[in-house]
Amino acid sequence: MRITQGAFSYLPDLTDEEIRAQIQYCIDHEWSVALEFTDDPHPRNVYWEMWGLPMFDIPDAGGVMLEVDACREAYPTHYVRLSAYDAGLGRQTTALSFLVQRPPDEPGFQLERQEGPDRTIRYTVRSYASNSPEGRRYGRGDR
Amino acid sequence: MTRSGGAGFDMPRPGTGAASRARADAGGGAAAAAAAQPLAADAVLDVDGIRRDSDVDAVLDRLDTELVGLRPVKTRIREIAALLLVDRMRAKFGLSASRPALHMCFTGSPGTGKTTVALRMAELLHGLGYLRRGHLVSVTRDDLVGQYIGHTAPKTKEVLKRAMGGVLFIDEAYYLYKEDNERDYGAESVEILLQVMENQRDDLVVILAGYHDRMDDFFRSNPGMSSRVAHHIDFPDYDVDELIAIAGLIAAEQEYVLPADTSVVLRDYLERRMRQPRFANARSVRNAIERARLRQANRLVGEPGASVTKQQLQALEPADFLASRVFDEDAADGADAADGAAQP
Repeated sequence: MRITQGAFSYLPDLTDEEIRAQIQYCIDHEWSVALEFTDDPHPRNVYWEMWGLPMFDIPDAGGVMLEVDACREAYPTHYVRLSAYDAGLGRQTTALSFLVQRPPDEPGFQLERQEGPDRTIRYTVRSYASNSPEGRRYGRGDR
Repeated sequence: MTRSGGAGFDMPRPGTGAASRARADAGGGAAAAAAAQPLAADAVLDVDGIRRDSDVDAVLDRLDTELVGLRPVKTRIREIAALLLVDRMRAKFGLSASRPALHMCFTGSPGTGKTTVALRMAELLHGLGYLRRGHLVSVTRDDLVGQYIGHTAPKTKEVLKRAMGGVLFIDEAYYLYKEDNERDYGAESVEILLQVMENQRDDLVVILAGYHDRMDDFFRSNPGMSSRVAHHIDFPDYDVDELIAIAGLIAAEQEYVLPADTSVVLRDYLERRMRQPRFANARSVRNAIERARLRQANRLVGEPGASVTKQQLQALEPADFLASRVFDEDAADGADAADGAAQP
């Protein structure tokens, strides 16, 4: 099941050229760009691992792309997300966030139903991927 | 129902219109141009029109008016600009236009305009579309080489990231490599630089600068670096006439005036100064003018009950230069000792 998360997620995966253009858009608006990665695809998992510090003083998307490539190389089967933070007064929040890499094979989620009193049902989603321990979830035994 | 323009949401269907549009947008100028059909073999291109479209001429003209002398440098820059223009026209015919190697090395005495030319070069390459941003990141050994093991690589990469899409100007590049100390971390920095110079040629132009003989040593001990730097440009020393022209430009920039009799004294001053050690060309001229400003200020304020006119405030008199120690032949050797060492 293909995870849809962040902007552009209903589009086909962006090419590197398109990612670069998006990054340049962020930089031109003076948003600081940060990279995060994870192998826990649960939609409520919001705190991903950071790849280095947010990049504040890079004027060109080429510099950020270097980091994107480095992160992909280090975690070839993780989700990698790029987020741009707008520090402008009144906004001060993430302005744009989208995936720049996803695992080749995404097994999807199981829906668990928990019976409660009076025929109530509580629902839980659990990723099949998270059956394996962290770092060994998407096939390859990378870090 | 027909949809009128702009009314309501224009909801794109995934995978169809929106995706292809996004692709076309992201490609930007370069990709779109490359994707266009090549011109017919007998088509004729208007060279002047293409020149006008890039702002090459504006940059070259500014180079001519703002920089005095430097014949060989200007010729070389014109050649590079012409090559880039020709490549652009070749691309329109679908001929292969492999991106030329643009890494450069500027050698010359102190104060011959290496940094200024590097800045112009960044603008020029940006105007010709070879750099996306055209900013100049000026660094020295301190910014690239770390102080302990494992510190150098992240430091150098950080600088390279900042320089992407522009020009990385490494001043006094020969300090990067110390022959006599094989445990120096500079070598690691050079290695990373080489790798990026080779792989990221589309994103980055590296300009190395330094004094001629020491850069020669540097290249001798780093043959890989030498072969990756395509353009070695030597900056000649200025002669007295050029230095006086430079003095005029510097004074005009600060809204001072050099009257005719001052120019005569200035020539004498420069001729004496050039014979002395640690003469730093344009930088020495700038320093001389700065000191003349001090003396002029002292002269104007020191006179009791004086009144000044606008003209007096602007004019640097011969006396302001004659007071210099350079004219004191006995003290000639030690004169303006601070001058040569005053690197910005």
